[in-house]
Amino acid sequence: MKGLYAVYRKEMSHYFVSPIAYIVVGIFLLLTGFFFTRILSFLIEQAFEMGMQGGQFGGVDVPSLLVRDFFGVFASLLLFLTPILTMGVYAEERKRGTMELLMTSPVTDTEIVLGKYLALLTLFAIMLLPTLFYAAFTFFHSDPAAPWRVLACAYLGALLMGGVLLALGSFFSSLTENQLIAAVLTFGAFLILWVIDFGSRGSSTGIGAAIGYLSVIKHYDDFTRGIIDTSSLIYYASFIFLGLFLTVRSIDSMRWRRA
Amino acid sequence: MIEVQNLTKTFGDRTAVDHISFTVNKGEILGFLGPNGAGKTTTMRILTGFLPATSGTAKIGGFDVFDDSIEVRRRIGYLPETPPLYTDMTVGAYLDFVTRIKNVPAERRASRIEDALEKTNITDKRDELIKRLSRGYKQRVGIAQALVHDPDVIILDEPTVGLDPKQIIEVRHLIKGLAGNHTIILSTHILPEVSMTCDRVVIINRGKIAAVDTPANLTTQLKGAQHVRFEARADEVALRAAVQEIPGVSNMQIEPVGSSGVLAVTVESAAGQDARSEIAAKIVGKGWPLLELRGVSLSLEEIFLQLTTDDASHAVESNN
Repeated sequence: MKGLYAVYRKEMSHYFVSPIAYIVVGIFLLLTGFFFTRILSFLIEQAFEMGMQGGQFGGVDVPSLLVRDFFGVFASLLLFLTPILTMGVYAEERKRGTMELLMTSPVTDTEIVLGKYLALLTLFAIMLLPTLFYAAFTFFHSDPAAPWRVLACAYLGALLMGGVLLALGSFFSSLTENQLIAAVLTFGAFLILWVIDFGSRGSSTGIGAAIGYLSVIKHYDDFTRGIIDTSSLIYYASFIFLGLFLTVRSIDSMRWRRA
Repeated sequence: MIEVQNLTKTFGDRTAVDHISFTVNKGEILGFLGPNGAGKTTTMRILTGFLPATSGTAKIGGFDVFDDSIEVRRRIGYLPETPPLYTDMTVGAYLDFVTRIKNVPAERRASRIEDALEKTNITDKRDELIKRLSRGYKQRVGIAQALVHDPDVIILDEPTVGLDPKQIIEVRHLIKGLAGNHTIILSTHILPEVSMTCDRVVIINRGKIAAVDTPANLTTQLKGAQHVRFEARADEVALRAAVQEIPGVSNMQIEPVGSSGVLAVTVESAAGQDARSEIAAKIVGKGWPLLELRGVSLSLEEIFLQLTTDDASHAVESNN
């Protein structure tokens, strides 16, 4: 436990001095801010037009649509940015030789992996936090009443999906000494999980449904509609577990294959 | 403190470490000597729990390095070949992290860091970023890292690589000063290092132990074929004939010294036999002026070369 905390603490202090963390968080906030204003003004325009045509105001539930569209953009941004957060987690340690320090210290491989993963999750939550401010600010002034429950669901979904991306990214980073290779592998894996249900849409066979279930975005969509489905929770939890388990195995295998 | 029995490590079909056994007593400094690729680093990595052995056992403080890896890791400090440094941290922050990951209790951390900085003479670099330090200072931070948690056993893989001569001397003093309280294994391919710092030497070549002894014993034990060098003013052919009459003398080499008619002669005498008095008597008896005569004992360098060239190492092994 102490070892886990030591690793966590080291990782967190590393983010505060590393330009990569600042750049990724900065770009993420810049883009989310841009899309938030664009989506908001577009939806308001639309609602206004529909109101004019239908003769009555408020036919469109702008706040709910805002959450859905905004969190859709969120997901695409995370797809591009999380591989950059995770690419160095193990690859850099391997390259610098510091993995040898960690692996000959009285900490278990699991403690190393969990410490690093929790630090990544913390950084991820810090990255999401400022977006909450402008979402909340807008919703205080919204009419119809703000869908707070939906917003909370959407954030939970973003955290869970981020959790999966970070766990998988950690695993790919543990496979290589090269950060670029780690980033590309991670990005490729994410894309596959993203588009895996394209072919199966509308198909009613068992295989189609199974493949659809694997899509990381499909479960996320439910969350942005304010639905918390147990099967989605299980999906995310098992993917996070799988990612972390593979990382632990991959670190352990370093001991056996190093020549 | 450290017991190694029949330790073997193979990578695919290559055997890096081949059935080696040795022990290290508490407070001793053991030197690991061998050419590059001899298996020094692999052996150290097995001892630190970084690599599992293919067969054989190694124990540190009674704990098996594989079965009780965590217990072993609590008791060791390890400096790998490349110092494991987080270069974007300051020296102080880095050592603080190491004390935490090595489970040093909170109340002892500050004093342990202070002590490690002082011993490695880097107290004034505490607040500098590691990436701004020179190679020599980085190496010292690496050593500080290995002793900051006051471990029973310190394992140093080539601790003086990349240092300038003054720093090398400082590091050797540091290592000697650590002995007694700590048991130390260090590896090197630099011979004077071994004779200056180590209590005992393990010479390792191609994964096998070629010899284990004190530096002094190794030198005398292998003196066997002793060399004698002398200078005399004489006719070369007559001299050669005269010296060859002495029993047990072989491998004579004669070189003229300048143009004064003085010849420098080097001969080997058989093991355990001192040919110096007979040579002196012979030369003086012939009436030639004897200008110089001395026995040449083999330096550690020559012993090392003897041991690590194949047939010589077999000879030593069968002697043991």
